[in-house]
Amino acid sequence: MIRILTKIDGINNVLENNNLLEIGFDKINILKIFNQLKDNVDLNFNQLLDITAVDYPSREFRFDLIYILQSLTKNKKIILKTFIKENEKIESITNIHKSADWYERECYDLFGIEFINHPDLRRIMTDYNFEGYPLRKDFPLTGHTEVRYDDLEKKVIYEPVKLTQEFRNFDSESPWEGMENRLFGDEKSSEEN
Amino acid sequence: MKEVELNTTTINFGPQHPAAHGVLRLVVELEGEVVQRAEPHIGLLHRGTEKLIEYKTYLQAVPYFDRLDYVSPMCQEHAFALATENLLGINVPERAKYIRVIFAEITRILNHLLNIPAYAADIGAVTPFLWCFEEREKLLEFHEAVSGARFHAAYFRPGGVHQDMPEGMEEKLFDHFKTFPKFIDDLESLLTNNRILRQRSVDIGIISKSEAIEWGCSGPVLRSTGVAWDLRRSQPYDAYDQVDFEVPVGKKGDCFDRYLVRIEEMRQSVSIINQCLNKIKPGPISIEDNKITPPKRNQMKKSMEALIHHFKLFTEGYRVPAGQVYSAVEAPKGEFGVYLVSDGSSKPYRCKIRAPGFAHLQTLDHLSKGHLMADIAAILGSLDIVFGEIDR
Repeated sequence: MIRILTKIDGINNVLENNNLLEIGFDKINILKIFNQLKDNVDLNFNQLLDITAVDYPSREFRFDLIYILQSLTKNKKIILKTFIKENEKIESITNIHKSADWYERECYDLFGIEFINHPDLRRIMTDYNFEGYPLRKDFPLTGHTEVRYDDLEKKVIYEPVKLTQEFRNFDSESPWEGMENRLFGDEKSSEEN
Repeated sequence: MKEVELNTTTINFGPQHPAAHGVLRLVVELEGEVVQRAEPHIGLLHRGTEKLIEYKTYLQAVPYFDRLDYVSPMCQEHAFALATENLLGINVPERAKYIRVIFAEITRILNHLLNIPAYAADIGAVTPFLWCFEEREKLLEFHEAVSGARFHAAYFRPGGVHQDMPEGMEEKLFDHFKTFPKFIDDLESLLTNNRILRQRSVDIGIISKSEAIEWGCSGPVLRSTGVAWDLRRSQPYDAYDQVDFEVPVGKKGDCFDRYLVRIEEMRQSVSIINQCLNKIKPGPISIEDNKITPPKRNQMKKSMEALIHHFKLFTEGYRVPAGQVYSAVEAPKGEFGVYLVSDGSSKPYRCKIRAPGFAHLQTLDHLSKGHLMADIAAILGSLDIVFGEIDR
């Protein structure tokens, strides 16, 4: 199977890891690749399980876009991965896999990745009129707004988040193993060795 | 230009409606009483689970999984535990595997015992609801006995299970599941040949084999169309390769088939539990590496090392080697998967949850087209929708 996969145009590398194939591909060829993965009788990846992204803010190609496919006839799962920049768009695969519709909407909602030719690219998870993309790493865990019912105005209102205590993110990652045994004032000992 | 008169009514269904099984808002376009378009608006229960998990250690992330599909908590912990173990490269002891399978199956029965009567209640039967809740309560006592909680168990943890089953539990389970099949028979006598149930569910919400695959359906929804696909069989995890069971399939893929598949799955679950109870042997219930699983309480009283391990595990947590993994289990509702990315620290870098209900709800528009408004309640009930997992 790996041999057939590497032959497909646009697939860069295939890695086998715990009975799961990890595949990197070029996003320009996305439609061709997904069509071939679905229609090739030796592959037959007929079910799209999920589309998601991983955010790495420091990279130029900020997002890893992940597609998880399953073949019911070959009993195999693959993870397809491509890299995408922050304001870059990618072709939608809703014409190949119908279930991509909501998955792409979710990806757009939570990461702000836009899909070209998607039939109905709206937010899906977050509130109506929500701003920002919550699963990006630079979006704060506490969010920006909070809602409450205002008894005077007799309606639900949005306000900036007020926290009585700052969100605390403890850094407890002191060395667990392989600690360098260097004590303050004892720097010389290692120099001498 | 020709003028076309549109004679449709658009109505809003939910988000607070007993037949919506949670907070589902549907915008339904009707022509008379016939559904032209049904558009689900989801996200009203969105709690940002995936974001929260990124700020928690692997152990602290476990309880979030109970709260996704709150009707079948342990199966979801199972997926997360498998994903983490996969990244850590560890293998849990035999006894833990059997305990997990036993409780995953109890959870499956619990889920179906809620879904079947809720579905029946949606289309007019009240008695099954009361009967099943009594049975559920008995099963929840087993949950409570092992984990201390009826629902939010946090029992399946990376590395094994939290604690061993209490003494005499095996016999109790054995006794309970001796009488349980009789209950399924009784339940069936109320429902399966009931004329109202059949009239409301046969030929309603039909989905074909290819459509079900295309739309990403799994679990009973996929099996009701005749596809014998069960992850417990095709990609066995834990002790599922040690037990023998049948995968029930339907023929038409309508609401009634989905109901029948669930009934038969409960019988198969009883058989799996009985086989596990016969095969389970005493032994450790989690891996004996204190870098991942906490030491015993009595060890901590005596050993300094155990105390340090305990402290480090519950503050920093354990580090997981960098990598990515997708692990899926056959949850009662379908394929529940966890895509986990680790950057080598003690917190997941990204944890994507693949919920079966999300894919199933997406088919609602397709399933309800051309049916009556009242059938939407039946279709929703038969898809087994729980908003905890869909909205996450």
